Amino acid sequence: MIELTEVSKVFHEGRPNQCQALREVSLTLERGGITVFRGPSGSGKTTLLTLVGCLARPTAGRIRLDGQLLSNLPERFLTEVRRHTFGFVFQQFNLIRGLTVLENVMLPAYPLGRPYRELRAAAQILLEQFGIGEKADNRIEWLSGGEAQRTALARALINDPVMVIADEPTANLDSARSREVLTLLGELALQGRTILISSHDPLVFAANHVKRLIELRDGCIAGDCPC
Amino acid sequence: MSTFLERQKYLIDYTLSALRRRKARNLGLLLVYTLLVFLFSSVLLLSQGLRREAAALLQDAPDVIVQRLIAGRHDLLPAAWLEPLRRIRGVGAVHGRLWGYYYDPVVKANYTVMVAPERGLATHDILIGATLARIRQLGIGDYFSLPAATGQALPLKVVGILDSASELLSADLLLLSEAGYRSLFNPPPNTFTDAVLTVRNPREARTVAEKIALALPGSRPILRAEMLRTYDAVFNWREGMVFVTLSAVLLAFVILAWDQAAGLSAEEQREIGILKAIGWETGDILRMKLWEGALLSLTAFLTGYVLAYWQVFYGGARLFAPVLKGWAVLYPDFRLTPAVDVQQVLALLAVTVLPYIVATLIPIWRAATTDPDAVMRG
Repeated sequence: MIELTEVSKVFHEGRPNQCQALREVSLTLERGGITVFRGPSGSGKTTLLTLVGCLARPTAGRIRLDGQLLSNLPERFLTEVRRHTFGFVFQQFNLIRGLTVLENVMLPAYPLGRPYRELRAAAQILLEQFGIGEKADNRIEWLSGGEAQRTALARALINDPVMVIADEPTANLDSARSREVLTLLGELALQGRTILISSHDPLVFAANHVKRLIELRDGCIAGDCPC
Repeated sequence: MSTFLERQKYLIDYTLSALRRRKARNLGLLLVYTLLVFLFSSVLLLSQGLRREAAALLQDAPDVIVQRLIAGRHDLLPAAWLEPLRRIRGVGAVHGRLWGYYYDPVVKANYTVMVAPERGLATHDILIGATLARIRQLGIGDYFSLPAATGQALPLKVVGILDSASELLSADLLLLSEAGYRSLFNPPPNTFTDAVLTVRNPREARTVAEKIALALPGSRPILRAEMLRTYDAVFNWREGMVFVTLSAVLLAFVILAWDQAAGLSAEEQREIGILKAIGWETGDILRMKLWEGALLSLTAFLTGYVLAYWQVFYGGARLFAPVLKGWAVLYPDFRLTPAVDVQQVLALLAVTVLPYIVATLIPIWRAATTDPDAVMRG
């Protein structure tokens, strides 16, 4: 369970370009299912996910994961939590160019020092699961948008996280590819993982297994409805 | 332990692929780095090789050389000084030497002319150094003449070429008989250029030198150890001069390394952000970047050192020979004995690798501390 208590985030604090992305947001996110954060650009969806995913710290407020306070953890421990708890899927895919599909998938596990054969086999299984096993040795530059997003999804799962955070996962995909990705995310939810998605794509809101829709506007929660 | 090793293997693997992906930039840096190591190694290897060579040759030098000074200048030594020298306790054999320099306008160079009684040469016979033979295109049996001090031309016959193994000192050497020497230079009779003597107990050489200075006022005894020190000082000075010149190159390299490390491309910064977002910590990025530096440094160091080693010991050391090797116009052409000195290698590492690491450390730290959420914010 993730609890956010009066969480605020200010960028460029004290500078002329100061920007308040979140304003005293309090929220509890239960384990399992898909939760979608929706809202217009600049509403604070992505910022909220970066705070939940331990990619950044809040300017004020507290974030707890299963009761453990995350917001005051030193960077090293925060990385440790991030590495084992969260998998990330980004809008721009954020795969590393010049590497193969397989290498990209294996990348998050490098700092853990897992034996190579074991890691390679795990990455290959994930790629097979997502239907791109035959592309394992291709460089990521040669992939289509859908294939790239599936690679990113496989990468997000290589450390077997309990939560997957997907920031606008369908923004760069056509409707067919978007449905494919949403099906995969639904399957992950069925496996018992918690999926947090930020999006303003109606296809996402209507997807199966979405159990909660949270609306954000101007850094505040404007609506919260279970599906 | 195996996890640690596995992690390092992954980091090296990733670093190698990152180096490959930015081939042009890294090859450029590697090239400049290798050139820098090559230049410094060449100077160090050559000057140390020369020092070693000089020391080896001076092993056969006399224990003490006695010169005569007048008004602080070297003057000819009267034959009458030899007997008092023999009488000094501790002195072994004593004999007078005749030598000097001869300027040959044909090759615009000075020859070192020396009498070699042990060779049993006839009045017009000479032995010459290999470089001199090459420059004057002389072979055994050839005749050539030199204008003598009397104004007459002195015909000389080459009866041998000196061994090239000792060419460091014999490059411009011309050996002849005492009669030939006196015909060429016409020095006053019963005088020598200097005297050489052996000391029965080499550890007493300094005491013997003090006795000589007391017994023969106006004499200057020179010990073999002092000659070695002089060679050392000469090479140290030359090496220092070259290093001062090269320090500008080193500085330019440090600036280049800083610039390369600081000016991370947008692509690299994005890559670091992605790595951090997917679970790499600052330490992992730092380690990866340090591996990158280490691999680059090590490759440049080994390549530069091996190239310099080959150039100095097998390629005739052409690059710095004119600055470091010659003390005459005729540069000796010889091969130094190949040798690797651990202390020297460490010194080279300190001169080349350390500045690179220092120059890149801060930019690397800055890159490694990129916020992972930068990736999410695009």
